[in-house]
Amino acid sequence: MRLFHDTWLVFRRSLGLTVRQPAWLIAGVMQPFVYLLLFGPLLNSLSSMPGFPTGGAFNVFVPGLLVMTALFGSTFVGFGFISEMRSGVVERMRVTPMSRTAAVLGRTLRDVVVFMVQGLILVVLAVPFGLTINPVGVVVAFGLLGLIGLVLGPVSYAMALLIGSEDALAPLTQAIALPLLLLSGIMLPMSLAPDWLRTIASFNPLYHATLAIRALFNAQFSSPDVATGIVTTGVCALASVLVASRAFNRATA
Amino acid sequence: MTELVIETAGLRRTFGKKDEIEAVAGVDLRVEAGSIFGFLGPNGAGKTTTLRILATLLPPSGGTARVMGTDVARDPADVRQRIGYVAQSGGSDARMSGRGELVMQGRLFGLSGAASHERAAELVAAFDLADAGDRPTGTYSGGMRRRLDVAIGMVHRPGLLFLDEPTTGLDPQARARMWDEVRRLRETGTTVFLTTHYLDEADALCDRLAIIDHGRIVAEGTGPELKRAVAGDVITIGIDGNGELVRRLMAAQPFVREAGFADGTVRLYVDDGEAGLPLVLRILDGAGLAPQALALHRPSLDDVFLRQTGRSLRDTAA
Repeated sequence: MRLFHDTWLVFRRSLGLTVRQPAWLIAGVMQPFVYLLLFGPLLNSLSSMPGFPTGGAFNVFVPGLLVMTALFGSTFVGFGFISEMRSGVVERMRVTPMSRTAAVLGRTLRDVVVFMVQGLILVVLAVPFGLTINPVGVVVAFGLLGLIGLVLGPVSYAMALLIGSEDALAPLTQAIALPLLLLSGIMLPMSLAPDWLRTIASFNPLYHATLAIRALFNAQFSSPDVATGIVTTGVCALASVLVASRAFNRATA
Repeated sequence: MTELVIETAGLRRTFGKKDEIEAVAGVDLRVEAGSIFGFLGPNGAGKTTTLRILATLLPPSGGTARVMGTDVARDPADVRQRIGYVAQSGGSDARMSGRGELVMQGRLFGLSGAASHERAAELVAAFDLADAGDRPTGTYSGGMRRRLDVAIGMVHRPGLLFLDEPTTGLDPQARARMWDEVRRLRETGTTVFLTTHYLDEADALCDRLAIIDHGRIVAEGTGPELKRAVAGDVITIGIDGNGELVRRLMAAQPFVREAGFADGTVRLYVDDGEAGLPLVLRILDGAGLAPQALALHRPSLDDVFLRQTGRSLRDTAA
């Protein structure tokens, strides 16, 4: 009970602080929107190539952009946490009965809400480009997007907690985020990739999540990609929350 | 017998892969309820480490610590319910309002929304933050922010409040104000355990003091007790260059109990300062040395500190 109560408190507090700086929300939408505007049209002519998934260029590309929004909205959250550590807020709350897991979970849920709003804006902006919408597919896809946040966010918070300085966190985050991005098929579908690359990609949970979100946007609910994506991401999310919560329970910093 | 709110025995804490760094090396402390207890020490002496162990932020490597009657290693969650902790860095978010931080703290301690708003209103009034309560704490002055930190520590009415360097960086007026707040806490029955770099603060505010150095308590008692233990008077000689020579020369004199040299000043601990002063002059003259300054003092806490740690607290202040 304490976990839910405290998670709600931390969530509300951190969302309140984020909402006070709406610039972040806009900045988070800008990058994928620029991709949509300047990179999306390139895919139109590629979409007739053999190996390119069905559904049209934007139904393939926008799901990738959503995963990218989730990726950028979760992998860098540790930086904000370091400044919270520096202000003493984190330590102050450690000397209260607050659930340690709530410290991670509350903040992660805030991040999920933020990138989901960004994703929603992106979807609306993509309709004029030719994105077709299946309401059920979009709702399930956003649920899966939330699970991606639960995979990546806790890892970033735990790394921030253990490392404690932006200087060391930045290269480490880059080293993790870049291969995750390239091996996920976000920009170009992995169906175009050589076998060896696709084999490596299959170890990346984001790859499966991206395939599932694409299938959902195309209303292919019975595709095995959907189940694989949801189960893989769900298991990874659970593991990530458990590991991070262990780090927060043991931390002395 | 008065109730003890802090009681440690052989408290130890080591760091490093092979536990080779001993930050706290067997600390025995007894703090009585209802007092203001000052904890002094140079940087790196183990002061902060001890404080963090007592506040459940760091588990001890050895020994025991009971805080408010509960073992900190066995049941830290219970200790957290009964203590308030104010870190040196403070603990409020610059974007949050003071009232918002107080309400959040109340909620974390299990108060309902209404109860924590009520408690926040009480504290905002008590710590004279009513006008600023709804502004972001980033707009507060240093003194206001510090008062808010203490108010946050008091939300759940703890019996014991830890204050880490409560007045560092405050202007004299804000410092005096903070002293009043700390005394008021004692009047309402809260025990205050504070660390400080300012000996005048320790002297003016604290009922009892402990000095820690190299991870051990080197002196403990009331201010007057500690000063009496240094005994006699202190003669200081300001000298250029030949300080160590003068120290050795003086240490050899029968009327000098102890001589030390630090920061360009030789300090002599003597039983009778008035009688010692002319002797000192004559010896310096005989050796062809001319002091820049010569002074006689009754021992201050700084002398106690210097005597016990070999360092002046002022120079070790961060």
